[in-house]
Amino acid sequence: MDPISKLLTDYKIPIGPWGKAFFGFLTDNFDTIFRAFSNGLNFILDGAVNLLLMVPPVLLALVIAIIAWFLQRSRPLAIGVFLGLIFIINQNLWKQTVQTLVLVVAAAAAAMAIGVPLGIWAAHKPKVYRVMLPVLDLMQTLPTFVYLIPVLTLFGLGNAPGLIVTIIFVIPTAVRLTHLGVVSVPKAIIEAGEAFGATKRQLLWKVELPSALPTIMAGLTQSIMLSLSMVVFAALIGAGGLGTEINRALGSRRIDLGLEAGLAIVVLAIVLDRMTRIGVGGKK
Amino acid sequence: MTVAVDFKNVDIVFGADQSGSLALIDKGATRAEILEKTGNVLGCAGASLTVHEGEISVLMGLSGSGKSTLLRAVNRLNVVSRGQVLVKDGDRTVDVVTCDEATLRRLRQKQVAMVFQQFGLLPWRTVEENVGFGLELAGVPDAERKARVQKQLQLVHLDQWSKKYAHELSGGMQQRVGLARAFATEAPILLMDEPFSALDPLIRTKLQDELLQLQAELKKTIIFVSHDLEEALKIGSHITIMEGGRIVQTGAPEDIVLRPANDYVRDFIANVNPLSVLTAWNVMRDRRDLEQGDDGWVWLDRRKTTRFKIDAHGLVAAAERDGKPAVWVSCADVERQPEEGSQVFWANPGTPLKTVMLAMHRSQTAPVALFDEGSRFVGAIGIRDVLSAVLRR
Repeated sequence: MDPISKLLTDYKIPIGPWGKAFFGFLTDNFDTIFRAFSNGLNFILDGAVNLLLMVPPVLLALVIAIIAWFLQRSRPLAIGVFLGLIFIINQNLWKQTVQTLVLVVAAAAAAMAIGVPLGIWAAHKPKVYRVMLPVLDLMQTLPTFVYLIPVLTLFGLGNAPGLIVTIIFVIPTAVRLTHLGVVSVPKAIIEAGEAFGATKRQLLWKVELPSALPTIMAGLTQSIMLSLSMVVFAALIGAGGLGTEINRALGSRRIDLGLEAGLAIVVLAIVLDRMTRIGVGGKK
Repeated sequence: MTVAVDFKNVDIVFGADQSGSLALIDKGATRAEILEKTGNVLGCAGASLTVHEGEISVLMGLSGSGKSTLLRAVNRLNVVSRGQVLVKDGDRTVDVVTCDEATLRRLRQKQVAMVFQQFGLLPWRTVEENVGFGLELAGVPDAERKARVQKQLQLVHLDQWSKKYAHELSGGMQQRVGLARAFATEAPILLMDEPFSALDPLIRTKLQDELLQLQAELKKTIIFVSHDLEEALKIGSHITIMEGGRIVQTGAPEDIVLRPANDYVRDFIANVNPLSVLTAWNVMRDRRDLEQGDDGWVWLDRRKTTRFKIDAHGLVAAAERDGKPAVWVSCADVERQPEEGSQVFWANPGTPLKTVMLAMHRSQTAPVALFDEGSRFVGAIGIRDVLSAVLRR
């Protein structure tokens, strides 16, 4: 090794040990809190899954198809949703699919609940956005496996850490698209709101949010898709569902199982995407 | 007349260095100089203008002259750096520059409504929801709001379209929605920021006419920004011409056309057809300036072709044209009169110059007499007066 490189490595900045110490500190002092949180979350998620599994699969598929019709008022879509879900039942992956569905819906909902207000805040305060931006970049680009480890140490195995990892991964998208939507509200209609005496709150609810709604809904769709892609990784730390099947297929090199579970994810993705997509234009 | 809006020495500067820019304004610096020295943009400087109730005051100028900037100071869409903008609020007067947020909001909801160049409609709302927008913000109860919206929609002939979305309408219709939205709040003051500029010429003319009709009924105080002098002359009761953020001239339309204050205004009016603003009053020679003959006879023209004999009450007792007795008839009937040499037309001071010219044409260039409401002779217009007014010499 050349002297300069040696000199540099001799004084290696102990980022790893710092991080380890930080998480060690958290587990040493707040372990009970994290575990309790994790247990509570697991209880809710498992409860939801069990509740849905009590419904006969075909009936549940029908209910989801009806919801699809209700959301989009499209008969072909409702039929497509129903057939897709029947295919999953046919592949005998219903239980795993329901687990994944619960995880995905919970993660997307939580990410929107956190991300949308943050996005609005960032849109109103450019300085806040400037601070937020590197954090969002970090959350999105840090390899997933890297933060699986601390989440695992803090929350243990199960659905809860899977959910948390997924939320962390998805929040930036929700924030970014909300920010984009609110920032791109035409100045003309903001001024119209101001000129007619809107309060800050009225401006937000009656002008900015309706105008940004298509973009925010695109954020929701994106959140769901990203959550789905995260499911496979979440399975590595014990989250159940289709991801577990795929990981098992990978471990035992079973092409057939991988293909079946993979296709089920694709079907689920298409179903959720079409159901949450908002029509472009002035329609409500 | 009651003052509705009063601008008092309004300076508006966009940028961080307000005090530095204001100091430069006091020294009479131009916009370019201020930009160079402080990096700030001068919106308008030293603007003073009084707008009375019920009039249409037009702010005119090229783009960047500060006309919109000044308009938007009335509801504080632009923040005034120095000066006062006094707006009538019921029985009292509010200085928009210094009033608190709650007062400003009430003013915006109830006193001052606005119409935008790009309409500013909310695309996810139907026409009626857009028209009711201001009322909704002001917390007007549903039933009353619906009734008022319906009334406005009928006023602008859009009641058939109330359930449509704004983007399904043509530009002209969209701006009608914008007008209805502003009228619906029943605010006595209306700010119109180039409302018809984005429309094609035919629709523009139509909407101008509709606005004038509505104004005749509703008697709002309107401040109207335009870059189109024809439009300003057509609808304005007063016109204010701005250049580089400063007011260069304020006056009635014919003042602007007949007595432009400087070359900038002169350039502006160069392409305007003076016939669209001038009336008989603007071009006539006063009776005292006419050449007097004997026995109470007065020559109406310099060429001495026509003369009137005026009695003690100022009424016309006899008329002569080319030495022969003539009859005097009103210009109002000029279209129906046969062409003959033995008649002299008369007009009122408010008669458009165009009608006077038609009368001259019909009577083989005879002068046109001017009578007041009591039929008293007040002056005359000869062909030379018309020519010099039209040619502006």
